[in-house]
Amino acid sequence: MRYIDEYRDPKIAQALVDQIHAKVTRPWVLMEICGGQTHTLMRYGIDELIAPQVELVHGPGCPVCVTPIEIVDKAVEIASRPDVTFVSYGDMLRVPGTKSDLFRVKAQGGDVRIAYSPMEAVKIARANPTRKVVFFGIGFETTAPANAMAVWKARELGLTNFSELVSHVLVPPAIRLLLNSPDNRVQGFIAPGHVCTVMGYWEYQALVDEYHVPIVVGGFEPVDLLEAISMLVAQLEEGRADMENQYARTVNYQGNQPAQDIIEKVFEVADRKWRGIGRIPMSGLRLRPEFAAFDAEKIYGVEALEAEEPAECISALVLQGLKKPVDCPAFATRCTPEQPLGAPMVSAEGACSAYYQYRRHTTSLVCIA
Amino acid sequence: MSTLTLSCPVPVTTRDHVSLGHGSGGKLSAELMRDVFLPAFRNSTLERMEDQAVFAVNNGRMAFTTDSFVVKPLFFPGGDIGSLAVHGTVNDLAMGGAKPLFLSTAFIIEEGFSMEKLRRIVDSLGRAAKDCGVQIVTGDTKVVDKGSGDGVFINTTGLGVVTEGVYLSAGEARPGDAVLVSGSIGEHGIAILAEREGLEFDSPVESDSAPLHKLVADMLETTHAIRCLRDPTRGGVSSSLNEIAAQSQVGIMLDEPSILIREEVRGACEMLGLDPLYVANEGKLLAIVDAKVADELVAVMRRNPLGRDARRIGTVSGMDAGWVTMRTVLGTTRIVDMLAGDQLPRIC
Amino acid sequence: MCLAVPGKLVETQLIGDSRLGVVQFGGIKRSVFLDFVPEAQTGDYVLVHVGFAISRLDEEEAQRTYQLLERIGMLETEDPELEANQELPDAIHR
Repeated sequence: MRYIDEYRDPKIAQALVDQIHAKVTRPWVLMEICGGQTHTLMRYGIDELIAPQVELVHGPGCPVCVTPIEIVDKAVEIASRPDVTFVSYGDMLRVPGTKSDLFRVKAQGGDVRIAYSPMEAVKIARANPTRKVVFFGIGFETTAPANAMAVWKARELGLTNFSELVSHVLVPPAIRLLLNSPDNRVQGFIAPGHVCTVMGYWEYQALVDEYHVPIVVGGFEPVDLLEAISMLVAQLEEGRADMENQYARTVNYQGNQPAQDIIEKVFEVADRKWRGIGRIPMSGLRLRPEFAAFDAEKIYGVEALEAEEPAECISALVLQGLKKPVDCPAFATRCTPEQPLGAPMVSAEGACSAYYQYRRHTTSLVCIA
Repeated sequence: MSTLTLSCPVPVTTRDHVSLGHGSGGKLSAELMRDVFLPAFRNSTLERMEDQAVFAVNNGRMAFTTDSFVVKPLFFPGGDIGSLAVHGTVNDLAMGGAKPLFLSTAFIIEEGFSMEKLRRIVDSLGRAAKDCGVQIVTGDTKVVDKGSGDGVFINTTGLGVVTEGVYLSAGEARPGDAVLVSGSIGEHGIAILAEREGLEFDSPVESDSAPLHKLVADMLETTHAIRCLRDPTRGGVSSSLNEIAAQSQVGIMLDEPSILIREEVRGACEMLGLDPLYVANEGKLLAIVDAKVADELVAVMRRNPLGRDARRIGTVSGMDAGWVTMRTVLGTTRIVDMLAGDQLPRIC
Repeated sequence: MCLAVPGKLVETQLIGDSRLGVVQFGGIKRSVFLDFVPEAQTGDYVLVHVGFAISRLDEEEAQRTYQLLERIGMLETEDPELEANQELPDAIHR
């Protein structure tokens, strides 16, 4: 497959690994933000290849993991109604809420369906005028244009039975929070390539200017990530702090204008609670008031729901890169994909799930002091 | 199964849908047997229409297995629930080194199910059995209230005779053994998903549903230094190998570049975020064999159309007992874990 | 986030106000909304996420940067035959 296979070339990957090892003179701590990148790193063992001098710490790049527990509870509440057809991306189905999850609602007879695109939910709404269709609109900026367009098209079609439960989060405020933390060990960031495909990287340039920390936009295949890591290491070794773009085949400074336009038209920036981290100001998106008729939180009266996390889950620390999943006393014992205590164990690329899936047997390799 | 009465005054009418009466054991049941099942399963044992099938046995060992088929959609590229029901059970027998002989089929049909669809399924089942050389000698039919079933469920139970001197078990894998697979992986699961989700392929992915008993017979004729055979159905190659690793308390190390995946299957998996190692197969087998006979066996398998892409994909080791690991294309190692539940497509 | 896959745009059509396309990903085709890539034409490669194309791939840029990577890879192996041929992989050939 073009634009995928060549970025998995073992010779090039090895060459980049050697390049990294040749440049490094002291240990560095880097962070990748995006869960998809975490998945690749774990699946291909890239963190093994660059150890021990370069350490990768995993950031809060899994929108599934950071979806606040209240939102999951709201989703469960809405999906349990007999007149509702609840449509969601597969990732969210097993995320535990306070008492239940969408998978359980489905098992108990709820009309919960998996979709690959929000437009499938719009299609279902058109075809079933007597059903109330609710789409679970989660994700980072990458998914926001599609989720926004679904609402926009639903309005154009005059649908009265379609709404979205929106829980979008934005990446730059989370990086800012990490950089402001006194415990921060991260010296360089790999910016999320698909978020930047939509939003451009001008926001990350601002972070570089303010915090003097190198940031490189990275792709998702092993060669992309190794190249981005190599570029970061080069900067750090040379004492530079610049904005660079490894993923130039799809990312540019300004980003995708039509996509940004629809986000602007349908959503507005709002404070958001990040599961395991807490409230980060101006870090999320919600539907604008003029789209209230498509806002599932308003329609189903679930705005006021509040919830608590299970005490044992240390996902806050994992998501901020302060602890590794293997540091958690519940990891792979009381907290497993079958019985997760927190979202990072459930989502396909939550850090805990990635470690559990790919690395459980050699935990010694990933514990770098 | 009730006996046919020959003086039934009720005129025979063509019925379009299955009704509760068809499962009640009376005239309608008899009609269903006579018009739908018997013609598809013709054999002398069945036609005796007793409540049980009786046959002679020689000394030796028998294999006995059962499986239920609940696949949705009922009809898919490469097969349907009927042919699947035969292949699945024949394969379970074959994985034990048995020559499959007899099958039973039990149908649970939802009231209102289309008679035409039932005929298609039953005919397909009958044809698959005939092609395998197995006889369907007994069975049962029940009809449940509308809403209590999902169209149709089928159970098949199979009996076979195990070849003399063959002892196959998931507990027999030994360090140094070779892991072989009979072909490319992930086709059945993707074919089903494609049908359900309306994915469009350049060259459509068909389910690989097929009976493997002849391939197994070829292999056993060549050598008995085969420890274990498994058909990686639900849960894919990963589940079967994890089961073997656990039962034999060995490690299994796979070599990613040697695993064959069709272009279309790969495209679908990339698009949906699925890992082909976890996708179901219905016409492939995994073999754990003495490494000394690996090359010879692969050659033998390749002479059979169902094994034309057979290859070695890994090695059994004494390390990491109970784990399945894989050397990635980059030369690093990852584990190939058992899944918690079904693999769900992802956007992240 | 996020699973976005590159594919080739093989067909486009206008349905009302919406421009839709068919994108091919290694042997499989899928219908994709093209609202965010008005400049994309058939033959272009696009990046698809949740049923929408979110960018048009810059093939010149990809070729340029990949050639550099390839060279690093070839120097790695120190294979004189490879260096002499300096072939681009089939994947990048037009």
